[in-house]
Amino acid sequence: MMLIQCPHCGARDVSEFTYGGPADVARPADPLATSDAQWADYVYMRDNPRGPHDELWQHSAGCRRWIAVRRNTLTHELIATAEPGKLPPR
Amino acid sequence: MSTQSYRLPQGGLIDRRKPLCFQFNGRRLQGYAGDTLASALLANGIHLVGRSFKYHRPRGIFSAGAEEPNALVQLETGARTEPNIRATQIELYDGLSATSQHCWPSVEHDLGAINNLLSRFLPAGFYYKTFMWPPSWWLKYEHFIRKMAGLGMSPLDPDPDCYEHCHAHCDVLVAGGGAAGLSAALAAARAGARVILADQDFRPGGSLLYETATIDDRPADQWINHTMAELASLPDVKILARSTVCGYFDHNFLTVAETVSPGNARAPRQRLWKIRARRVVLATGAIERPLVFADNDLPGIMLASAARTYVKRHAARPGKHAVIFTNNDSAYHAALDLHRAGITVAAIVDARPAAGSEVSAQAQAAGLRMIHGHAVVKAHGTKRINAVDVMRCENSVAHGAVARLACDLLCVSGGWSPVVHLFSQSKGRLRYDGNLTAFVPDVSMQNEESAGAARGIYNLADCIADGAAAGSRATAACGLNPPAALPRHPVSQPATGSVLPLWKVEAAHTCHDKSFVDLQNDVTTADLALAAREGYVSVEHLKRYTTLGMGTDQGKTSNINGLAILAEINATPIPEVGTTTFRPPYTPVTLGAIAGTEIGAHFDPLRTSAMHDWHLRAGARFINAGLWQRPRLYPRIGETEQQTINREALAVRHAVGLVDVSTLGKIDIKGRDAAEFLERVYINRWRNLAVGKARYGLMLREDGMAFDDGTTSRLGDEHYLMTTTTANAVRVMSTLEYWLQVHWCELDVRLTSVTDQWAAMALAGPESRQVLASLASADVGNDALPHMGYREMNIAGFPARVFRISFSGERAYEINVPADYGLAIWEALLAAGKFFGITPYGTEAMAVLRIEKGHAAGMELDGRTTPDDLGLEKMVAADKDCLGKRSLTRPGLIATDRRQLVGLIPVDGRTSIPRGSQLTLQPEQPLPIPMIGHVTSTCYSPTLEHPIALALLSTGRARIGERIHALSPLTGSRVEVEVTPPIFFDSEGKRLRG
Repeated sequence: MMLIQCPHCGARDVSEFTYGGPADVARPADPLATSDAQWADYVYMRDNPRGPHDELWQHSAGCRRWIAVRRNTLTHELIATAEPGKLPPR
Repeated sequence: MSTQSYRLPQGGLIDRRKPLCFQFNGRRLQGYAGDTLASALLANGIHLVGRSFKYHRPRGIFSAGAEEPNALVQLETGARTEPNIRATQIELYDGLSATSQHCWPSVEHDLGAINNLLSRFLPAGFYYKTFMWPPSWWLKYEHFIRKMAGLGMSPLDPDPDCYEHCHAHCDVLVAGGGAAGLSAALAAARAGARVILADQDFRPGGSLLYETATIDDRPADQWINHTMAELASLPDVKILARSTVCGYFDHNFLTVAETVSPGNARAPRQRLWKIRARRVVLATGAIERPLVFADNDLPGIMLASAARTYVKRHAARPGKHAVIFTNNDSAYHAALDLHRAGITVAAIVDARPAAGSEVSAQAQAAGLRMIHGHAVVKAHGTKRINAVDVMRCENSVAHGAVARLACDLLCVSGGWSPVVHLFSQSKGRLRYDGNLTAFVPDVSMQNEESAGAARGIYNLADCIADGAAAGSRATAACGLNPPAALPRHPVSQPATGSVLPLWKVEAAHTCHDKSFVDLQNDVTTADLALAAREGYVSVEHLKRYTTLGMGTDQGKTSNINGLAILAEINATPIPEVGTTTFRPPYTPVTLGAIAGTEIGAHFDPLRTSAMHDWHLRAGARFINAGLWQRPRLYPRIGETEQQTINREALAVRHAVGLVDVSTLGKIDIKGRDAAEFLERVYINRWRNLAVGKARYGLMLREDGMAFDDGTTSRLGDEHYLMTTTTANAVRVMSTLEYWLQVHWCELDVRLTSVTDQWAAMALAGPESRQVLASLASADVGNDALPHMGYREMNIAGFPARVFRISFSGERAYEINVPADYGLAIWEALLAAGKFFGITPYGTEAMAVLRIEKGHAAGMELDGRTTPDDLGLEKMVAADKDCLGKRSLTRPGLIATDRRQLVGLIPVDGRTSIPRGSQLTLQPEQPLPIPMIGHVTSTCYSPTLEHPIALALLSTGRARIGERIHALSPLTGSRVEVEVTPPIFFDSEGKRLRG
């Protein structure tokens, strides 16, 4: 049961949050100008890193903000969190 | 009533003024308050408690704690019965009733014991080898195996007890209330920390409960009482007895299973604590290991520490004539305690070549016979040990002459294993300590530390000091200031020497006897050797193949011996063999405790609309839609369900009906960029939607598949109301928030879910306008409120939003009112519509009406359909981007053989088409038949008076007019169907516009 530091609400149980995938996937500025391969890369391809990973969690049973969380996927250590639309500082 | 003939005349932490009556296998017996079931049985001279898992061998009480592999009983009867409960942990209460399990007709005479004679045919993995052929017989074998092997019986009736969950937070959680745990808790509490101390026993104290040594010049049990009293006097200290810390999860979240009040039917039976601790001290102690020799499973053989517990703590004599077999000094304490209690200690058989420690000198002084450099190679007896064979032993191999010693009790000690289960669950790394012959905690991964015997510190004075230091450090880690110097507690315990590794004893004359490594799962040294010969050399494979350590005890007494024997077989060092994974729970937790109060009606929250009570009064039958309860239909007396559905649907087609649609998701959208936001979300155009108008919208996932649909209305310049399907309401809201917050931060848009704030109902049918007009404060004529129009007005005096939207295909009004007015308006509409025969209708009739109109719903929006598949390709606006639009031109999505939405009617005009039917051109083909589509929605159309269905069919639109076959292997039906357009009724939409 991870404890996630919500920038708005403080430390809360993971059960209040919903996972939302990697935080660093940018939507192409002009989707209609992308190739099939580029678009498929954006829609489907995700890294599955071992170690620190920036990912989105929505505080769905709280402030409903989609916060970015840097989490070590191996140890579940929560390294940092950031406001929606931003990544935790390196 | 038994006389407790094995009860010692004095001593023990039992209350002789409180005798308790209990039953075991129907025998009425007596014990005392302070007994466990195991100690009470021993006090009555009962050793034979159960039969073993595989061979049905007689088994007795082996330990005195959570590690018990043998003495598992069926506790109580009927609905309250619990299987596989360790007699060593059952606190005796008046009226307790327990039976032996896994034996028939009785534990004394068990027919299953024939397995012991057949054991040659039941090697490790025998069921993999024996019962695989022919494959189709497995179900028969399985039934037989499950009956023959196994443990107790599950209760068959609903659990009459209640359970609860408790959440708690603390600075320091101390797991284990032995010497180290008590002193850790005390050090932390004295420094002002919020402390929770959890101990699995009903009486905290751990090994101090049988300790002979004095602490601070007091007997150990007085030291416990003194410490507990001080803890209880300090603020913010919670002591949980009968409470096992059973799971250690991420970020110092731990679960504790508490048995609340044994034998009291009015209290919750168990409580599951969920504790978030800033710091954890694991003072979980150590478990004594068995020694492995021939027939080492006989009743009357027990761990030396267990014998000590029964004698000292419970004043119960586990025997009259004892032999001690050990490879370390701790068993000498047991020998001395037994000797002092008047039990004859025939000999201490010590595998180590010579004596030397202080405690052995004490044994010598007491006149106990010590046989060094020897081992017990075999136990004799049938249902109880009566003698042991002793031989000279070097490097685990026995040789020379066999000496037989008579005894009715054999106390074994193979060294100690720290209880590292919780540490390992916390992902901490272990290290093998060759001096201790045990795995000890090495690298912590969470905010915890182990203290005392849990990290291999066995000397009592060191344990107490280690606990205090750990508690003090834990306090400091929480930001408090513990005192710099910790008090010392002088202890009168003789020093002990080293342990000699002795994992198993081999002797030539016992090579055909069974030497058990895992007593609960009947795994022998021969099984381990066989598994290794067959190539199962990884410890994880060995475990699964032989079932070593896979019993309800999770191998607490067997794991280390097992992997050490594997290491010997493979000639690898023990650290390289490694351990298997320690998983929660530490001891079994009953499902009732895990469920807590979240059972029955409390399993899920229940959502009901403002009109729910009316539906109940009207006798509606309900369906669960997500968390919502929706009326399916409102049957009249004497109607079949089909008749009800037909009546309700026809009322909408010919007169007027009223349906509760409060469950549709409603999202209030406001802001300067609201129109731009809708353009990005939906596939169709939104900028040109005028205020006071509604529009149907379809949104896609980024992969191009339809995600959700619904109408969105423009309530004001910068104000829209979006509706979603019932099922997707939560997901749509979350997705819209995602895009706004993460990607489109520049948009000025605010979203508010208003699903629960507005009650919604659809008034549908040719007479709907008449009904509405009679109550409305505004003109609802076709000019003032045309199809897809929206107006605010008062209805029956209540403020309402009225949308001219039709799901049924009839002239219809969707009326939204603040939820508190929902019931009043619902009743007002029914009263006003009475003259027109207004009919409340449920989701079944609603589905019939929408299938007749070919509207896609959840069954068609299954995450695999594109706008084109659904026939909605013309909705996609050409001159803008939106979510998922780019995907629509990917090769897979423009493939020519995609399944498209079509209608189906039975060729014979009467056979219904089962939902889920597969569509094929060649029904006669041998299996597998090529399939070209499937039926998504199906119903009987009362309007058309024949069955109809919607289907997704490969190149479906090109097949309109063709005859194909719908096969349903589930119902065994085969229907010849004609492919039609998906809209069966009023395809021009005249009725809804009129």
